[in-house]
Amino acid sequence: MNLWLILSINSVTLGGLLFLLSAGFSLIFGLMRIPNLTHGSMFMLGAYFGVTLIGWGFGFWLAALMAGLGVALFGGIVERFVLRRLVGNELAQVLVTLGLSFMVADVCLMQWGGDPISVDTPAGLVGSSKVFGMAFPTYRLAIIFIAVAIAAALWGMLDRTRLGAMIRAAVDDPAMARVVGIRVSHLFTFVFCLGAGLAGFAGVIGGPILSVYPGLDQDMLPLALVVVILGGSGSLLGSLVGSFVVGLLYNFGQAMFPELAYVVLFLPMLIVLVLRPRGLFGRAAP
Amino acid sequence: MNRAALAIALLLLATLPFWIGNSFYVNVATQMLIYAIFALGLNVLVGYAGLVTLGHAALFGVAAYAGATLINSGHGHIIVAIGACLATLAVAAIFAVLALRGTGLGFVMITVALGQIAWGIAYRWISLTNGDNGVSINARPAPFGLSLESAPALYWATLVVFLVAVVAMAIFVASPFGASLRGARDQPRRMTALGYNVWLIRFLAFLFSGFWSGVAGLLYLYYNQFVSPQTVALSASAEALLMVIAGGTGTLLGPIAGAILVIVMKDIASAYIERWNFVLGAIFVLIVVFMPEGLVPGVVRLCRRVIAARRPRAPMPVLGEESGE
Repeated sequence: MNLWLILSINSVTLGGLLFLLSAGFSLIFGLMRIPNLTHGSMFMLGAYFGVTLIGWGFGFWLAALMAGLGVALFGGIVERFVLRRLVGNELAQVLVTLGLSFMVADVCLMQWGGDPISVDTPAGLVGSSKVFGMAFPTYRLAIIFIAVAIAAALWGMLDRTRLGAMIRAAVDDPAMARVVGIRVSHLFTFVFCLGAGLAGFAGVIGGPILSVYPGLDQDMLPLALVVVILGGSGSLLGSLVGSFVVGLLYNFGQAMFPELAYVVLFLPMLIVLVLRPRGLFGRAAP
Repeated sequence: MNRAALAIALLLLATLPFWIGNSFYVNVATQMLIYAIFALGLNVLVGYAGLVTLGHAALFGVAAYAGATLINSGHGHIIVAIGACLATLAVAAIFAVLALRGTGLGFVMITVALGQIAWGIAYRWISLTNGDNGVSINARPAPFGLSLESAPALYWATLVVFLVAVVAMAIFVASPFGASLRGARDQPRRMTALGYNVWLIRFLAFLFSGFWSGVAGLLYLYYNQFVSPQTVALSASAEALLMVIAGGTGTLLGPIAGAILVIVMKDIASAYIERWNFVLGAIFVLIVVFMPEGLVPGVVRLCRRVIAARRPRAPMPVLGEESGE
C-alpha cells in the first residue's frame, strides 16, 4: 500500500478522534461559554481509566463505555461544584479549568506512572480488511465509523429531538428559556457531562493508536483548540470539518516536515483568523 | 513616610548578598527578581489591558533561545541583548496581530494555541532548538567587562534591570498611554467614539509587555545558562499568570509580591514533594474561587476593614461595583 494512502487513512482516523474530542469542547464552549481547558485531561483520564478497566478483565468496548461514563461523572462533579460557582466569570473559569488540568495530570502521573502504556487493539479488529479492492487497517476503519455514527447521533439529538430544541433555546436566550419552564442549569450539566464523556471515550478508543502517556492531555488540547478556532465554536459541522482538516494537516505535516508539524497546523488557523475570525461555521457574535 | 519605606527597601535590596550570605539564597533572590520582571511585563496585558494571555512563556522563551543561539555563535553581549529583544518583539508582534483578532475568551484561546505552537517548535524543530535536550551556554557574558559569574554579581545586574523595569512600569501607568490603555480595557466603545484606536493601543501594550517578558527571558538564560522546551510550556505561562493574579492584577506591587510568593512556594513545595504542578493547580483553584481579586488587594481590603472597624464613623465602601454598560 502506498504512503499517501496510509497517510490519508491515518489522517482521517485522527480526524475522527479529534471530532469526538472537539465536539464536546465546541458544545461546551459555544453553548455554555465555558472555555474548558480540562478537556485534554478528560481525554487522558478516559484513556487511563480504560487501561485500568481492561487490566481488570473488562472487554475493550465495555471498558471504553465505562471509562466514558466515569469521565462524564467527573465532568459533572467539576461542573456542579466548581464551575457553577463561577457562572459568567469566564476568566475565572479559564484559570480554574487550567488549575484542574494540572492537578489531573499530576494525579495521573502518580497513579499510572511516567511510562507510556500501550493499549492492545481489540480482538476481531486486528489486521486489515479489503474495501474497494484495497487493504485498510480494520481498527482505523472502525474508529472512523464510530466517529461518523456519533456525529450523526449528536446532530440528530441537537436538531431533531425535544432535548436538542431545549438546548438550542437555552443557548439563544437562557432567561427566556427559564421562563417557559426549561431547567437550563440541568441542561448545562448534561451538556458538560456529555462533552466530558465523549472525550473520555475517545481517549480509550484512541489508545491502540496513540497509546497513553503523561502529556497526552497537553498534546490533545491544542489540537482541539485549533479545531474549534477553525470550525467555529458551538457548531457541530464546524467541529467535524475542522477535525478532519486538522487530522490531515497534522499527519501530512509530520510526514513531510517533521520538524515543523506544529507550524503547518498553525497556518490554516492563521488564515481563518485573518479572514474569518469567528471560524468557518461559527455564528456571528451577538 | 513612603519615601523612607522606599529608601529602606532599596537599601535592603542592594545589600541583600551581604546579609543573606549563602549564595543559594542569593540565587533564589535573583530568580525572584527575574520572575518579578516577567510578571510586571505580563501585568501590562492582564491587569492594565484586561487581556488575559496564556502564551507569554513563548515570548520569555524566544528571548532565551535567541540569546543562547547568539551567544553560542560567538556574539558579544550587546548584540545578544539587542538580538534577543528584537526577536521577542517580532514574535510578540505576530502574536498580537493574531490574538487581537479575538477579545475576551477568543483572545485567551488563541494565546493558548500560539503558546503551544511555540512549545511544539522548541520541542520538535531540532536543528534550531536542539529539541528536548535544550540549549546551554558555556559561560555568562560579561557586559561592559563586568563578570556575572558569581551569584552576587548576577544578583546586582538583575536588580539594576529590575529597578529599571519598575520605574518604566510606574512611568507607563502614570502616562497618558497607560490611561488610554485602561480606558480601552474598561470602555472600548467609548474610547473608539472618542477617536482612540483601541486596536493600536492594545497592540502597543502587547509589544511593551512582550519586551519586558523578553528581558526577563534573557536574564533567565544568564542565570540558568540553559533553556529547554519546559521554559515555553503552558505550565510556565500559567505560573507567570498565577504570579500576576495571586499578587493582584493592575497594581504595581502585586506582580512583584506574586512572583516572590510563587517562587517561595515552588522552592518549599519542591523540597517536600515532587508534585509542584499539583500544588500550582490547587493554588490556582483556591485563589480563583476564594480570593478572586488577588492577595495584595485582598490584604489591603482586609486592613482597611480592620481600620474601618476601629473607627466606625467612616462609611464602608461599596464592594464589587460593576462597570458595565
